[in-house]
Order: sequence, then C-alpha cells, then structure tokens
Amino acid sequence: MLKVLAALIPGIAVYVWFFGAAILVQIALASAAALAGEAAMLKLRGKPVALFLSDGSALVTAWLIALTFPPIAPWWLTVTATLFAIVVAKHLYGGLGQNPFNPAMVAFAVSIVAFPALMSQWPAVGFTDFTAQMAVVFKSQSAQDAVTMATPLDALRTSLHVPEARATVAGVLGSHATFGNIGGKGWEWIALAYLAGGLWLLQQRIITWHVPVAFLAVLALIAGGFSLANPERYAGPVFHVVTGGAMLGAFFIATDPVSGATTPRGKLIFAAGAALLTWIIRSFGAYPDGMAFAVLLMNLCVPLIDMGTQPPVFGHKGGMKGGGRQ
Amino acid sequence: MLATLFKFEGGVKPDSHKDESSQAPIAAAPVPARLVVPLRQSAGNAPLPLVQPGQKVLKGEPIGAADGSFSAAVHAPTSGTVLALEPRTLPHPSGLSAACVVIAPDGEERWIERAPLDWRSASPEALRDRLRDMGIVGLGGATFPSHIKLKPGAAGRIETLVINGAECEPWITCDDRLMRERAEGIVRGIDILRHIVSAGRVLVGVEDNKPQAVAALRAAIAQSHGIEVVPVPTRYPAGGEKQLIRVLTGIEIPYGRFGSEYGVQCFNVGTAYSVHRAIEIGEPLVSRIVTVSGNVARPGNFETLIGTPIDALLALVAPKADTDRYIMGGPMMGFTLARTDLPVTKAANCILAASPALFPRPGTEMPCIRCGACTRACPAELQPHELYWFARSKNFGKAQEYHIFDCIECGCCAYVCPSNIRLVDYYRFAKTSMRALEREKAAADAARQRFEFRNLRSEREAKEKAERLAAKTAAARQAIAGGEKPAAAAMPAAPEQAQALPQLDEAKKALIAAAITRAQAQKEGVQPKNIDNLAPEKQAEIREIEARRAQVRELAKTPPEEPV
Amino acid sequence: MLTALLVMAGIAVMLGALLGYASIRFKVKGDPLVVKIDAILPQTQCGQCGFPGCKPYAQAIAKGEAEINQCPPGGEEGIRKLADLLGKEFKPLSAEHGVEKPKQVAFIDEAACIGCTLCTQACPVDAIVGAAKQMHTIVAPLCTGCELCVSPCPVDCISMVPVPETVETWKWRYPVVRMKAVEHA
Repeated sequence: MLKVLAALIPGIAVYVWFFGAAILVQIALASAAALAGEAAMLKLRGKPVALFLSDGSALVTAWLIALTFPPIAPWWLTVTATLFAIVVAKHLYGGLGQNPFNPAMVAFAVSIVAFPALMSQWPAVGFTDFTAQMAVVFKSQSAQDAVTMATPLDALRTSLHVPEARATVAGVLGSHATFGNIGGKGWEWIALAYLAGGLWLLQQRIITWHVPVAFLAVLALIAGGFSLANPERYAGPVFHVVTGGAMLGAFFIATDPVSGATTPRGKLIFAAGAALLTWIIRSFGAYPDGMAFAVLLMNLCVPLIDMGTQPPVFGHKGGMKGGGRQ
Repeated sequence: MLATLFKFEGGVKPDSHKDESSQAPIAAAPVPARLVVPLRQSAGNAPLPLVQPGQKVLKGEPIGAADGSFSAAVHAPTSGTVLALEPRTLPHPSGLSAACVVIAPDGEERWIERAPLDWRSASPEALRDRLRDMGIVGLGGATFPSHIKLKPGAAGRIETLVINGAECEPWITCDDRLMRERAEGIVRGIDILRHIVSAGRVLVGVEDNKPQAVAALRAAIAQSHGIEVVPVPTRYPAGGEKQLIRVLTGIEIPYGRFGSEYGVQCFNVGTAYSVHRAIEIGEPLVSRIVTVSGNVARPGNFETLIGTPIDALLALVAPKADTDRYIMGGPMMGFTLARTDLPVTKAANCILAASPALFPRPGTEMPCIRCGACTRACPAELQPHELYWFARSKNFGKAQEYHIFDCIECGCCAYVCPSNIRLVDYYRFAKTSMRALEREKAAADAARQRFEFRNLRSEREAKEKAERLAAKTAAARQAIAGGEKPAAAAMPAAPEQAQALPQLDEAKKALIAAAITRAQAQKEGVQPKNIDNLAPEKQAEIREIEARRAQVRELAKTPPEEPV
Repeated sequence: MLTALLVMAGIAVMLGALLGYASIRFKVKGDPLVVKIDAILPQTQCGQCGFPGCKPYAQAIAKGEAEINQCPPGGEEGIRKLADLLGKEFKPLSAEHGVEKPKQVAFIDEAACIGCTLCTQACPVDAIVGAAKQMHTIVAPLCTGCELCVSPCPVDCISMVPVPETVETWKWRYPVVRMKAVEHA
C-alpha cells in the first residue's frame, strides 16, 4: 500500500503546480480523518489498532478521495466524505478485504449526489494563491465565479446537453482558452504524471497490466469511434483518456484488488465495463465524470465476473488431455 | 538429442540454502540403542505384523507383510531382538500413535540371506512383487508404493519414465549427495524400472543448481542408451511430481489420475537407487539418506536406519543454542515436530533445526485483500484466495468446485501472501474434513442399505413363517380329523406358547407336548462337531468351554435379580 | 389510455406464459423431501428419536409429526442441516431423546458370550455375526454404534467403545486466527 502512495506523488506534484497547494491541505485533512475513523472503528471492532493502521489502506482511500474531490472543496465535505468511506463503505461491511465497493468511490458518489455544486467548484486556472484557496476551503464561503470554473468535462456536458445552443466539442473547448490543448489545461500533465506512477506500480508488480490497458483501450476505442462519426457531438479519444479521473482511475482506482475482479479475464471484463460506463455517463449522463459510478457499478458485478471467468486448472484444460501447451 | 523443456505456471524462488549440507559426503549414522519401526510407512494399507516380542530378527528380515496390493512390506533395519509391538507416537503432524516394532539392536548387523534377482529374465509381475516385498516406496516424501506405479495404465504402456532428481525444496540435499556419490546405482535402478515398464525413453530431471549431480549422472549413463539427464530451471516446486512431468514432457496430470494413464510415470532418484539395491543385491529398504541441517554446527547427510530416533541424528550435527523447534521435511512443506524422540521413517528426507533468525515465524495473519499474489504463484493454477475463502467458511462444496484437491500443498501461496495467511493450513483442514465427511457418508449409505435389506428380510421371513404355519396347522387338523394318532407332524412351539393356550383341545395339547419333548431332545443332543481329529489338549479345552457353558445355562435359568 | 391498458395486459399475459413455460421446461426434479431428510440423518438406526429407524423418523419429520431435534447421533450439526433444509428454527437437542456422544462401536467380550443370538436379532444393520451356541462378534466397520445390542445381552458381555482417531482418519484442525491475541501481548 505504501508503494501505491509513493506512486501517487508525481501526480500530486503536478497537481500542486497547476492548481495550487490546496490539494496538500485536502490530502492532510482526508488522511487525518481516515486514520481517526479507522482507529475508532478498529477499536470498536476489537481489532489490533496499530497493526491495521500500519497497512496503509486507509491512507490510500484518503488520498484518492482528496485527489478526486475539487481542491477547494470545503474542509467539512472532505472530512465527512472520508469518514463515510472508512466507517460505512469499509468497516460496516467487515473492514479490510471485505468491502464490496471501492470506499473512495462511494465517498465521491455520495458527495456528488448530496452536494453537486460544491463538488464541481474547481479553482480557475491561475487561481493558485494559497491563502485565497484556504479562505474558500475553511471559511466555507461560497466560491465566486472569479475563483472557480467548470472542468472541461463539466463544460462539455452543460453545453452539449442543450440542443438549442448548437455547441460543438471544438467550440466548447476552444472557447475557453484556459482549457489547454488536449484534456484541459493542467489535466493532461497530471494524467501523464499518474501514468508514470502507474507504470512504476506495474514494474513493481503491485498491479497487473489487465485493468489499466483494458480500461484505457476501451475508453479510447469507444470515444474514437463516436468522435469519428460525429466530431461535433463527441469528444475525441485523447481528450477522454487524459481528462477527468480516467488515468487516475485506470491505474489507482479500478485496480483496487479488494473490490475488483481477481481473475485475469475477469479484470479485463471489469475494466472494459468500467470504461464503457464511464464514457456513457460522461457523454449522456447527468454527472460530468462517470468514473466513480462506473467503478461502483462494476463492483456490483465482480462476484459474477469472477465466477464466470475461472481460469482452467492444471491438468483440467479441456481438449488438452495428456497434451499441454507448447 | 535434447528434449524441449516446457514450463509450469507459478512457483517461487526461495533462498536455496543447499550449500550448508551439500559439502560433506554422506556419512553413516551409528546404530542407535533402540529402533522404533512404524509398521505403516507407506500410503495404502498398514502391513500385517510378522514378529512377536522376544523374537530375534536379522537385518533385512520382514517384520510386516504387505496387506493386499496397495501396501508395502517393512523390514528389520538391523539384527537384534524385538522388544515390543505397541503403539508409539509417529512423526506425523497429528502427533498420534500407531503400531510400531521396537527392536534392541545386537550390534552385529547380521543380514538375512540376500538373494539377487536376475531382472533381465524376470517377468514384470515378479519384479513388482519383489519390490513390494522389499518395501520399496517413493522416497521423495509421499511414500507411495512403487510397485503400484509400475503397473501399466489405461494408456497401455508407460512410454516415458521421468526420474526426479530436482530436489527443489530449500535446505534439502539428500538426493543431490546421492546423485553425486552413487550415480551408478541410480542408473542401474533406472535400468530395472525401465525394464519393468519397457519405457522408450527416460528423462532424469535435475535442477540446474546441482551441476555436480548432473555431471555424475551423465558420467554414469555413458553406456546406457536412451537415458537423458535434463537440467531444469531452478524454481520451486520444479521437483513436484506433476510439475516435473509437465516440464519434461508437457503432459499435465490432474488430481486423482495416475501418470501411467498418460503414458508417463515418475520416480525419485532415491527410489531408483533402492530399486537397484533390492533387485541386484537383495537388500530391502532398511535405511535412507536424511539431510540434517538448519541451525546446526555440522550439517550434513546421513545414511540412517529406519527407526533411528531423531535425537540420535541431532546429536551428530550439534544444534545451536537458539534452536526453538525442529521441522521434518523442508521449510515449504514440512511440519514442526512435537518431540524429537520420534523415529526416522521412509518419508523423512530432512530434519531441520529452526531458530527464530533462520526460520522466522510468519507474522500476524491479516485479512485477505484479494491481491492475487497467490494466484500468480500457484503451480496448480488454482485460485488460492477463493479456496481460502471457501475453506475458511467451511463451504466444502464450493471448494471442491474450485478444485481444492488439485492443490499439491506446496506452500507457494502462503510464501508469497502479503497478509501472512497460512493458506495451506486452511486447505489441509478442508481436504481432511471433506475426506472425513465422505467416509461418514459412505458409512451412512452402507448402514441405510443394510437396514433396509434387513427390514425386507425380516418381513419376508415373517410372511414365510406365517404361511408355513398355516399350511402345517391345516395338515395337522386334517390328520386329527382323519383319526390318526397325533405324532410326527412338526409344529414349532415354545413352552410359553403352550401355557398361553389353555383353551386348546386335548388333541392339540398332545401335539404341542410332543413338539416340546422333541425340541428338548434336540437341545440336549447338540454336540460340537469336527472334534474327532483334534489333539487331546484341544479336546480338553473344548470340554472346559462346555462346562462353562453349562454353568452359564444354569445361571440363566435362575431368575435374575431385580436391578436396584 | 385503453391502448396502454391493453399493452400492459398483453405484456403481462406474455410474460406469464413465458414464466409458465420456463417452470415446466426447466423443472428441477428434486429428491422427495423424505429422501433429503433421510440423507441428513446419520443412519445409526438407533431409534433414540422414538421411531424404528432413520427412515421412519424422516417420514415423521416430513409429515410434521416429529421435531427436528430428536436425533442424538446426528447432533447439533445434524439439527442445523435439518433446520436449513426445512426452513425451521434451530433448536438444541431434546434432552429426553439422549445426548450427543462421540462415535463408538459395540464390542463383544468373546470369552463371556454364550451364543444366544439376541444381539444379532437386535442389530439393525446386521453387523453382528454368530449363530446359536456359537460365539458372536461385531463387524466393527459396519457397526453404527446404536447401542441396541447392549441391553438384550443376557450376560452383559457387550460394551460400547469409542472409535479412536488414527493417523488415517485424523483431521487438520481449523486454523486459529490469533488477531486479537496480538494486541494484548
């Protein structure tokens, strides 16, 4: 688990560069809340507290929550969401190893349903002044348009869902000079940093290639297909892959072993399903980024996927009686 | 000709720790003061004891005869006197006892007459029987009787013979030393095995971390054709029978099937060597090479008589002061010995002294996070984390569905588990529980069948009896009606019945009385049969028994006292 | 409005037909209840439940004439399985029917046996061999440990001995998870 945290650091560094240091405060808030919640729950459940705290799973959840929430989300939202993830999504289901849903994604989904406005107030590009950001985070004053803006995905959704506006992908993305070249300003660089961390995890054999490859490939394929057919309505594959939570999700969220599929084929199906749902929610849904819902929906299917994708056992491979693979 | 190598999935690469014990040549362990030889030293039926306390035995004399074909004989490891035939604790994870022959050696090591067998002219059946009676079992640890594995299977002929010199478990070097020092004997044994099954080719698999063993074997087979020594990549469990067959031939043998069904069979190098001793010299399996290593001052390999107490072996290697337990077998598959006064058996390939520094106890067991490390390490390509789930929740049906019996208990999954879960313990629990349930079910089914059959039989008997009775009564009535004397017509009746029927007419009473007298006469007349040709002392014995019976009969006649 | 109703009704009829067809087409032929109950019972045939054998008890349970907690040899586990099968509440073993004991087999002291055949007649599974005036003995692997032969013996030469655990029948213990112990250590 500590290696997972280490692999997130490059992404966080780039994040700070583009969106300011508020994210570090959010990470600290979430970590503190997660550790406190975990310790309290372990105590209540009569488990050895120190032993379980040192495994780092609560911190991973906390960091993922901080990284998927807007950096200028009010402090109480981050703390409540993290506590919800740890207490309800994790420990009420039996604690480490028993939770059917990814706790960080449960927190995200609950928060975006409960506080849609707060969950979409991202700092405007250039709004990296730390004290100003802290003012938003801690005074819980409603953020002004001056300091927030819609994410590229959010902008696309709100514009394209209104037929009369006759907006096009190129038009929306082009109208905001600050969105950057590919996935929105800053987003593509953060995504690249996540990619670097994810590749390191792969090299360390913490995760296998199945989930990231299947997720990114399927997302790119669908996005590419639709964008070719109707480039005005659908954004292109590169945009989809590097924007929003796609890269973080591919390497750090959908790869969660506890709530994900475990067989090789199961992992491919799980990731492909998550990618498909992500794209559908992004393109047609009411929420800007579908990563959290997609992962949760696929979490639901994991027992079925695992059962249906049992790999053949030594000596029981059909049609190879007495033979074998070369 | 170099065979193409195949690959098995999974596996781990623990530190080999072979150098500690592989440097010194095999030394002979001295004959101890007492030998405790368990009768049961192979898979299958326990042999039937052939000796009695007080009896003198010679080295190599059979002390237990194979019981049926799925069994192997046991022999006296040295000459001496049988002190006892009694249950003694076995070196087994259960710590339970079973029948053992305790022998006090006389120190003379006098052999029985050893007769070599000309195997080239002997039939495979004769050779197989000889191996069974020589107590030859698999020395890799499973102690499966070798003669059974040499029977041709459904495939007709065993085309390929695989000889297992991989020795993949860390620390163990008994096969390594055997191959280096006695390669010629191994090759001769291989020739015999090959002759029995008339195999076309022989592949000797040796892990490539044992170059001297490979060289020694190659030198020894210079004259033998069709035997090939193949170095295999060093990766635990390359020495697992199924894994080695897979690596050398590409054939995968599922659980519950014999290699011979697929035209391939596998024997350990130690087994091959003991086959050579048994057939060409006439020596039964009375000793084996045991690696004694770990936290000791003088690790090494010892030619040890079966039945030697482990203590005696440990005295030769001087365990260090911080040794906290002893392991029989290797660190991956072995088990911790509860005591060290237990005997060395045919299965004992290694005794390890463990210290907390050399063999750290696994850390605290944490929850499974389904990380999949076990799946990647499993050489049987199972889903260990799923099996763990099922075994833990005693969901045995599901465990079987996920092929728990294909698990070879190699320990790779537990070795790589980041949560320190002792997975194999769960599988062993599940497997033995399932076998017990199966036994119970078989017994219950048999009981049900026997109960139903018995009910059927007693119904039928009652019916037949009633019919017979009706027929006879009718016959007797006719006879009385016809004015005949009520004489010979038989009618089963007991004295109680006679009293219970006072209203019967005189004729009937006479009938009953006649029957009773007849029955009593019959009772008195019962004599033991087949006693004419018996010796006088036997006859006396019979008379004694008769007297006792009469006494009991008397007792039975006196009304029993009311229970208080 | 009418169209909607018709459509709904049509769908209902269609789905109903489909379900009906499926229930016939994919009908699982299960064992009759008595066989299922009988399969759970230990087949000791001891009659401690008050019925002459396991099958009659199974029939009585199926008819609802007997409770599920009357079988001492089946023990708590057997009651749990019955409760699962029948969807009933678990009950502890009824004390009037006996207590759960470890598995045992009958043993005849052959020196004392007078050859009366009373035990062979009592044995529900024909696990005793012997004829009149000849010594009797128990075929231990067939003995269910029902104890029915013990009381008929006029010379009290039959005793029940527990079946010992051997290396062959030994079971690995359920691994003990010592998570809590660590904290207090």
